[in-house]
Amino acid sequence: MATRQTQGLARLMRAPAIILLFVWMIVPLCMTLYYSFLNYNLLNPGMTSWAGWFNYQYFYTDPAFFEAIRNTLVLVLGVLLITVVGGIAIAMLIDKPIWGQGVVRILVISPFFVMPPVAALIWKNMIMHPSYGVLADVARFLGTSPVDWFAQYPLTSIILIVAWQWLPFATLILLTSLQSLDTEQMEAAEMDGAPAYARFLYLVLPHMARAITVVILIQTIFLLGIYAEILVTTNGGPGTASTNLTFLIYRAARLNFDIGGAAAGGIIAVVLANLIAIFLMRAVGKNLD
Amino acid sequence: MGQITLQGVTKRFGEIEVIPPLDLTIEDGEFVVFVGPSGCGKSTLLRLIAGLEDVSDGRILIDGQDATEASPAKRGLAMVFQSYALYPHMSVRKNIAFPMKMAGVPKAEQDRRIEAAAKALNLTNYLDRRPGQLSGGQRQRVAIGRAIVREPAAFLFDEPLSNLDAALRVGMRLEISELHNRLKTTMIYVTHDQVEAMTMADKIVVLQAGRIEQVGSPLDLYHSPRNVFVAGFIGSPRMNLFGGAAAAEYGAQTIGVRPEHIRISATEGKWRGRVGVSEHLGSDSFFYVEDTGLADTITVRSTGEVDLHHGDTVWLTPDEGKIHRFDKNGDRI
Repeated sequence: MATRQTQGLARLMRAPAIILLFVWMIVPLCMTLYYSFLNYNLLNPGMTSWAGWFNYQYFYTDPAFFEAIRNTLVLVLGVLLITVVGGIAIAMLIDKPIWGQGVVRILVISPFFVMPPVAALIWKNMIMHPSYGVLADVARFLGTSPVDWFAQYPLTSIILIVAWQWLPFATLILLTSLQSLDTEQMEAAEMDGAPAYARFLYLVLPHMARAITVVILIQTIFLLGIYAEILVTTNGGPGTASTNLTFLIYRAARLNFDIGGAAAGGIIAVVLANLIAIFLMRAVGKNLD
Repeated sequence: MGQITLQGVTKRFGEIEVIPPLDLTIEDGEFVVFVGPSGCGKSTLLRLIAGLEDVSDGRILIDGQDATEASPAKRGLAMVFQSYALYPHMSVRKNIAFPMKMAGVPKAEQDRRIEAAAKALNLTNYLDRRPGQLSGGQRQRVAIGRAIVREPAAFLFDEPLSNLDAALRVGMRLEISELHNRLKTTMIYVTHDQVEAMTMADKIVVLQAGRIEQVGSPLDLYHSPRNVFVAGFIGSPRMNLFGGAAAAEYGAQTIGVRPEHIRISATEGKWRGRVGVSEHLGSDSFFYVEDTGLADTITVRSTGEVDLHHGDTVWLTPDEGKIHRFDKNGDRI
């Protein structure tokens, strides 16, 4: 791409893909923006009229809205905390040469291959169910009364399920990073008199900083849109205790058939996601160089 | 103090014995070089002394104390690695400070030692840079600085110059020798390059397949190699070795003559041959003489200017007093 001619040609060749991507993004965004200013209900699709800021006002004054934002943040941060800390711990464990390493690694990674609704159903009916879940059996064995997870700790239960699903992803990324750590550096630190915790703190963690950043950024993108697990288990309840922003929009669109209101919620979600993205890039993006 | 004694030290990886039982004493303040071809176990031996590998048998004494089971940190040794093993996310200053920080040295004392080390190693202007922003030679000096500030009983060097270019290598060789003269600390240096061994060592340990072939000063090894392996390994260019009738004449299985102990003449001499490639360096000339019937080529070193060309017939005469004789086991007679 040295000469001006080849540069021009390269731009021309790239153009179709870039234009397609741009259109794919901008058309739905503009349509959503347009709908968010309409009174548009699927129960009465003929009666569409201009609503101005009413949809936004409606969302803003809905007490469920702020709880949904809070739930979204708690869900994202909770899952990130569990997966990053747990991922580092598991990665360091399976990095050690052990017997049956291949099988152990496949087992560790397998939850990632289970589809979200299936995983949620397994947790709901076989693990957390108050009468025939495994945890209930354990509670009875210990002589305490079983916990009704989805009624008593709805958001915590969902965080656990989602963390279980994303732990393999974090482990995998952190493991590859761990394996690229220079062994001579670790030996040098050992000779320098650094005990295991110091080697972890001063060598392993800084080395994994970039991988941790990648895990946080990628997971945040997906965790902001968690939906299937909530639908299958708590359905956003009790009340709105486990409703996040995505689920609130779903409720507006598919339960109330309020396209205008859902579109306004969608736009708010887009703005929120971008705010978080900017904040994240400021906070941890410098690790990516 | 830094006297290191190995008593029957053995290393096995599973069934394979890489170092058969081995005894060696390294005196305080000595510069000892382990030299040998790649895979001879010299790096493994260094790692055993450092404590980075467990010995399978035998004992390691440091200043008379049994250190066989001691952790690397407790042995009071500092190591400079082939890859330098600097901590990439720390500045040069923090790299050098790291061992002192781990040992809990007070901050003022740390700064004093860092300044002293940086001054001695010409690193003062680079203290706030990261290792990634330094050249190979500078990284090497940082690694040495990190070793110096610990004030160890002995320094261990694992092929420290092999990642540097030729010119820099000569410079660093002098700096390390100078450092040894100044600190008077025991140094153990591993290399496969016999030139480094000859130029730096007080005592050379020649290793092959985990066994010590000979221990001695550089000139001991040069003048009286104990066997054919040492004879062929020490000296550059290599010693000419040949057997057959020429050796039988001297009552030996194999005889060896160094290139500098053979006279070359166009008119008269003991062995006849034909000049192959010749290299003229000004101070010396090297001739690779073929078709002698003794060996494939015989290397001859001649000082000054000798007017011989490719294809010329020449006569070679060995310096009778400088012929090395070896028996059928390869040992010196």
